[in-house]
Amino acid sequence: MSEQVKNRVKELLSSGKIKGFLGLCSRNGHIAPHLFVNADDLDNLVVGDKLAAGDSRYPLNRQLINLVRAYPDETFGILVRGCDERGLTALASWNQVDPNKIEMVGIACPRELALACECLKPYPESFVDGEKCEGVSPESVARIDTLQVKERFDHWYHEFSKCIKCYGCRDICPMCFCNECSLENNELIRTGEIPPEIPTFHLTRAVHMAGRCIDCGLCSEACPADIPLRTLYKKVADIIDKQYGFRTGYDGAQKSPLNFLGGLPE
Amino acid sequence: MDYRTVLTTCTHCGCGCNFYLEVLDGRVIGTIPCKTSPINEGKLCIKGWNVHEFIQSKKRLTQPLLRKNGELTEVSWDEALDFTARRLKEIKDAHGADSLAFLTSARVTNEENYLFQKFCRAAIGTNNVDHCARL
Ligand code: SF4
Ligand code: SF4
Ligand code: SF4
Ligand code: SF4
Repeated sequence: MSEQVKNRVKELLSSGKIKGFLGLCSRNGHIAPHLFVNADDLDNLVVGDKLAAGDSRYPLNRQLINLVRAYPDETFGILVRGCDERGLTALASWNQVDPNKIEMVGIACPRELALACECLKPYPESFVDGEKCEGVSPESVARIDTLQVKERFDHWYHEFSKCIKCYGCRDICPMCFCNECSLENNELIRTGEIPPEIPTFHLTRAVHMAGRCIDCGLCSEACPADIPLRTLYKKVADIIDKQYGFRTGYDGAQKSPLNFLGGLPE
Repeated sequence: MDYRTVLTTCTHCGCGCNFYLEVLDGRVIGTIPCKTSPINEGKLCIKGWNVHEFIQSKKRLTQPLLRKNGELTEVSWDEALDFTARRLKEIKDAHGADSLAFLTSARVTNEENYLFQKFCRAAIGTNNVDHCARL
């Protein structure tokens, strides 16, 4: 429950500035992603901390894309943490959303969540609730980096072999917006077969998340096999940063170095 | 604009995972696993993830079909049920109750499954009852 968030949403809805606010609400004993459209109906608005901070986050940006595709002229409000803001910045650079038609209502994540996420920037640029805490560098990546190549390969092979090929990592991802997915392309992946090809399936996705992943961790949370996907994508993001000086979602003016859309390079 | 997230239960197997169906202007457009559900804790299998696709599928049967002169023909529920009841009786009378077998479904409720096996055992008189989830 956050009075600050509620007040801000009330203000946005009653001024008519936004058509609806995409956030979280408490109903049926659960926390649900929800579109609030009425300024007087915000009693159940929550920020997604049921038992622990941020334990019931949802891919709101993904839902926002559905809404703006159907209603491109409307402006929507949305609840954002640091990762969601990075997502919107990146989605705007990929022309998936129009930043002028989005009103972000930010919250900063507490230290415990930043530690659990190993989040480099656990707060959005502006926020109405929470306190800014320092970024956390990814221990999980450093740990795997200390392994010899063979051990490292064995580690990931073991993890990938647990995969049930549910495609949940893709389906939950707020940055997966392609009309045609490589993971459904028979030339790359044998589709319709279980288990998935290892490590092709996971590495194909990892390569596709290079310059795309904003490190929200929703994929890891959705993985029924508890594969530490986020760690893998963190490593990929580190490589992109090292090679190209680019981190997804931090600077809206900077395009991903792997952005091949929009014609051939000059 | 009418956008809702509707909490419901997967119809594909007995686990009973919970998810939200994303409904935009009356059309189901997506599935989002429920993170606070103690059953599935924000995870789904591939069947659950794609539930929204079958709901509005054009291939979905919406009426009973009866084969007439070799052709599957749409009929009313009354006609389909009358036909089925008559044939079940005829087969049972001619060959005994154990010549019949009944398949029920993971896609109906517990209570409906209970009623179904009761019907097989008490009304028809056979234990030949099984279901599609035993794959
Ligand atoms: S990734 Fe960062 S901003 Fe997102 S929930 Fe975790 S700590 Fe918060
Ligand atoms: S952490 Fe996972 S869900 Fe989030 S953007 Fe990266 S790949 Fe997508
Ligand atoms: S979510 Fe996990 S189990 Fe499902 S396809 Fe992705 S890696 Fe495999
Ligand atoms: S999502 Fe999969 S495991 Fe869960 S109820 Fe549906 S079919 Fe069963």
